[in-house]
Amino acid sequence: MVNGAPVAADVEDRMLLVHFLRETAGLTATNVGCDTTSCGACTVLLDGESVKSCTILAAQADGRQVTTVEGLAGPGGELHPMQRAFRAEHGLQCGFCTPGMVMASVSLLRENPHPTEAEVRSGLEGNLCRCTGYHNIVRAVLAAAEEPAS
Amino acid sequence: MIPAPFSYRRAGSVAEALDLCTEYGEDAKFLAGGHSLLPLMKLRLAMPEVLIDLGPVRELSYVREEDGHIAIGALTRHHDLEHSEMLARVLPLLAHAAGQVGDPQVRHRGTIGGSLAHSDPASDLPATVLALDATLVARGPAGSREIAAADFFQGLFETELEPDELLTEIRVPVPAAGAAGWSFQKFTKRAIDWAIVGVAVQGSAVALVNMAGTPVRAAGVEAALAGGATPAEAAAHAAEGTSPADDINASPAYREHLARVLVERALLEAQSV
Ligand SMILES: Cc1cc2nc3c(=O)[nH]c(=O)nc-3n(C[C@H](O)[C@H](O)[C@H](O)COP(=O)(O)OP(=O)(O)OC[C@H]3O[C@@H](n4cnc5c(N)ncnc54)[C@H](O)[C@@H]3O)c2cc1C
Ligand code: FES
Ligand code: FES
Repeated sequence: MVNGAPVAADVEDRMLLVHFLRETAGLTATNVGCDTTSCGACTVLLDGESVKSCTILAAQADGRQVTTVEGLAGPGGELHPMQRAFRAEHGLQCGFCTPGMVMASVSLLRENPHPTEAEVRSGLEGNLCRCTGYHNIVRAVLAAAEEPAS
Repeated sequence: MIPAPFSYRRAGSVAEALDLCTEYGEDAKFLAGGHSLLPLMKLRLAMPEVLIDLGPVRELSYVREEDGHIAIGALTRHHDLEHSEMLARVLPLLAHAAGQVGDPQVRHRGTIGGSLAHSDPASDLPATVLALDATLVARGPAGSREIAAADFFQGLFETELEPDELLTEIRVPVPAAGAAGWSFQKFTKRAIDWAIVGVAVQGSAVALVNMAGTPVRAAGVEAALAGGATPAEAAAHAAEGTSPADDINASPAYREHLARVLVERALLEAQSV
């Protein structure tokens, strides 16, 4: 299941989840930054928890729920509170890290709905951003935590 | 980067994992969280022909209190150890060390069994289970056997496990009342890195991360403590008997210095718990 809908495909055993999402499912928001499990640009949710999709086989996600940033918005296309917060707080510049950053942040708030600033910083240590210097990203996550529906 | 071709098999139970392993023999490797193995395969430093995915083996994911010890299933993830209320109460050293591994995404995938079986001396949990005097349980075609943590780690990527053995459980004795003090010190340059040097202390047991080809007990420190030395006096012995690596992160002399400094900090912190 990807973003709530079943996606079935016969793929090579060695196919990585990120390639499955981008090339087979056509969901290209999830980026490959480092390919070495360091940058977090490829972060998606697996059964609701953040994981780096460059370091999971597509086969390992078989039968499980995968959520990408494309799956966050509501039915009418209204943005998820985390997406709104990133926009409102200018939590992005070039945007390359953003899909992974948003997914890691959604997972973070699911586990810890009211984090301190320090907890947000350590909760996002698996995600690198080359542009923002992180301050606005942290502010965005803290702002999203204030919203009831995130 | 993609791994070299292999064929993927999925095990639903311990029995199935062992059967698949017997079927494919030396060509097969177990896949737990995949957070050590898949990066090596992407770099083509590992090229197994068959991967036996242990992901669905739910029976090996647990933390239980049994008489006198805590039993942890080999497939329990770092994340689950970090957030286990029982561990926070009874074995806070292990819960804390698991929370120091990599980043949240890594901890959502990586398992304690994978971390021990991978046997990287720079990893956090091997030294931790060594300080805790854990016993590891392995199961193979001939049945189960117990291996003391002190005998388990043989070198980088080398353990006492036979290729057809599955690590199933980690048994940790509950620390005695007088040995409840603990500390975990990890020195890194960047947040998600492996330790340049690390120290795990439980009571008067002291184990070192990344000071030799395997995790090692700081025997000189432990002997000094037994002889009544203060933390500062005992910590002076931290590098004795070690053989730290020389790599881009640090020279052996720097690692020896770090070991002394971190052991002193760890002993002082453990005293104050
Ligand atoms: C970006 C990044 C940062 C990291 N940082 C740290 C860190 O700071 N500290 C740290 O300690 N680790 C770190 N790690 C490693 C991480 O902890 C791994 O999850 C762990 O070392 C391996 O566990 P795994 O379940 O992923 O094992 P896998 O990668 O699936 O397996 C590792 C090896 O163990 C074997 N194996 C696995 N399970 C069993 C079993 N039950 N019985 C027998 N053999 C088995 C496999 O065949 C393989 O050879 C990091 C990893 C990444 C990607
Ligand atoms: S692309 Fe996966 S962590 Fe960088
Ligand atoms: S906004 Fe450019 S990398 Fe984060």
